[in-house]
Amino acid sequence: MSDPLLQTQDLHLEFKTSRGTLKALNGISLEVNYGEVFGIVGETGCGKTVTGLSILKLLPDSATITKGEILFEGTNLLALSQRQMRKVRGGLIAMIFQDPSASLNPVYTIGRQMIWIISQHSSLSHSEVVELAKRTLEDVGLPDVDRIMSSYPFQLSGGMQQRVMIAIALACKPKLIIADEPTTALDVTIQAQILALLKGLRDNYNISVVLITHSLGVIAKTCDRLAVLYAGHVVETGTTREIFKNPEHPYTRGLIRAIPKPEKRGSRMVSIPGNVPANPGAIIGCPFAPRCEFAMNRCFEEKPKTYQIEEGHYSACFLALNNKP
Amino acid sequence: MSALQIQQDEINKELVLQGEKPIEKIARIIIRDPLSLASLIVIILFILLAIFAYQVAPYPAQGAGKPSVSTTMLSPSQEHWFGTDRLGRDILSRVIIGARPALIVPIGVVAFAVLIGAPLGAIAGYKGGWIDETIMRVTDLFLAFPSLLLAMAITAALGKGITNAAIALIISWWPWYTRLVRGITISLKERSFVEAARATGVRDSVIILRHILPNTISPILIQATVDLGTVILAMGGLAFLGLGTQPPKPDWGLMIAEGRSYILNQWWIATFPGLAIFVVVLAFNLLGDTLRDIFDPRQYR
Repeated sequence: MSDPLLQTQDLHLEFKTSRGTLKALNGISLEVNYGEVFGIVGETGCGKTVTGLSILKLLPDSATITKGEILFEGTNLLALSQRQMRKVRGGLIAMIFQDPSASLNPVYTIGRQMIWIISQHSSLSHSEVVELAKRTLEDVGLPDVDRIMSSYPFQLSGGMQQRVMIAIALACKPKLIIADEPTTALDVTIQAQILALLKGLRDNYNISVVLITHSLGVIAKTCDRLAVLYAGHVVETGTTREIFKNPEHPYTRGLIRAIPKPEKRGSRMVSIPGNVPANPGAIIGCPFAPRCEFAMNRCFEEKPKTYQIEEGHYSACFLALNNKP
Repeated sequence: MSALQIQQDEINKELVLQGEKPIEKIARIIIRDPLSLASLIVIILFILLAIFAYQVAPYPAQGAGKPSVSTTMLSPSQEHWFGTDRLGRDILSRVIIGARPALIVPIGVVAFAVLIGAPLGAIAGYKGGWIDETIMRVTDLFLAFPSLLLAMAITAALGKGITNAAIALIISWWPWYTRLVRGITISLKERSFVEAARATGVRDSVIILRHILPNTISPILIQATVDLGTVILAMGGLAFLGLGTQPPKPDWGLMIAEGRSYILNQWWIATFPGLAIFVVVLAFNLLGDTLRDIFDPRQYR
């Protein structure tokens, strides 16, 4: 297989807070290939969003990457200057945020905002830029593009705003789009449309998409491969099909079991007992051990490595060692 | 994207919702509210008076300061609606011509205060860290003095006269806008569209100019409208103390000072310029309140 498009290697990140340092990421290693939709799933506070932001180096001042590399087509993004990073942002890697209504500047028309961003990353003439903006809006399934170009964000619905955000991301022809919870603020029918649209980007433009979400349902519908994050660790990674069919890590199994099913109507919702550790970096053993039903003594004393279960399917759990055929 | 084509109809339905533009909303609300409509009319009327002062004033020469020995201290009459002062000058003409410094100078003062204060506030709020600390401690320094007192001290140091009074007021007024804009900037900075702009590689200076400052315009507008009234008062105060406009030029504050000693017998000399200040300041305050209501998302939807 060829080199991956994006690779994070053993990424460690710390937040400096008034109560000491908080280790948010503790060795995140991921690979995103060309032309694939890659899902990052995990519960609130597991480091999904921080992982996405660190790829673009958009971290708050209180955060520092203490260890690791982020390779994009072989270039270490962490070594680039702010000036070089500005070319990467939007040009090579675009980002889509959770709340589309807040992601557009309320005081300018859609057209103006699109034109600014496109002209920043290309040397096209003004009329070509306008043409490209309109064409991209059409590509993301928006009707009556002239009207949309002259509309203000508040005149559009949430679904349309998110389409505009995707159009803006798309217009600069990036190689990778990072979508951070792109459908959380939208209702279910619009959610499905936006996910179909993101998948369409891969099919039609061969753009890779990193989809950050807390919903396994969204992952199942959209992603080719996924990584399950827990407390700043990658606990399991593999193809979507493999992980749903044969989840290895107890946390992944718990997550899949917790998906509500229509035939179990009326019964109690399944949940994983306990809470996410507040400072995962301080834990010596496996971060999930306190909540794990299979926890052994070893789990509290030693951090499990990543063990291969099958080709491309890895799990950070001692059980994976034992269950290995 | 054939699956998307099918959804076109749904989206076409969505497109029906279209809001009105902010400027139309402001106009609609002001016209509907009699008090704010009246204050807007008063402000426009005074601005027109200031522009066409020499055409409107019945005795333009006296208004500008030429004494008339034969008509001293006349009470209000047919020829002199507001009476005449100690030097026989028509008070109506002097109030009309006095509207020029009374309105134009405060507008300039507030404009410069915004131009200096707002960008500094945006930089302080956006950059944070030591830049923020430095800028805000300097504003604290200015804000620690009562603004009128500071203006008096500066005018006393620079010398009397309307230009120096204006400079003094700008110096004591800009920190308020720095504070205001810094506060808004800090909340705007966390909004996704600023993050989205950063995520598309926009440089900081462009973000401040395009994304932060335009979003602070409505609070600035509200503050500026209310401040105009206050600055008119302050200008009047400085003129009253003899630090602003110098005689024989007309100025409302100065005219009150001149009429002060005759207030019991020749009440009209101080009363009419006082009324002019009162009406204009009231109008600006009322309009400012209405603007505040309009931009407050919890009222008027």
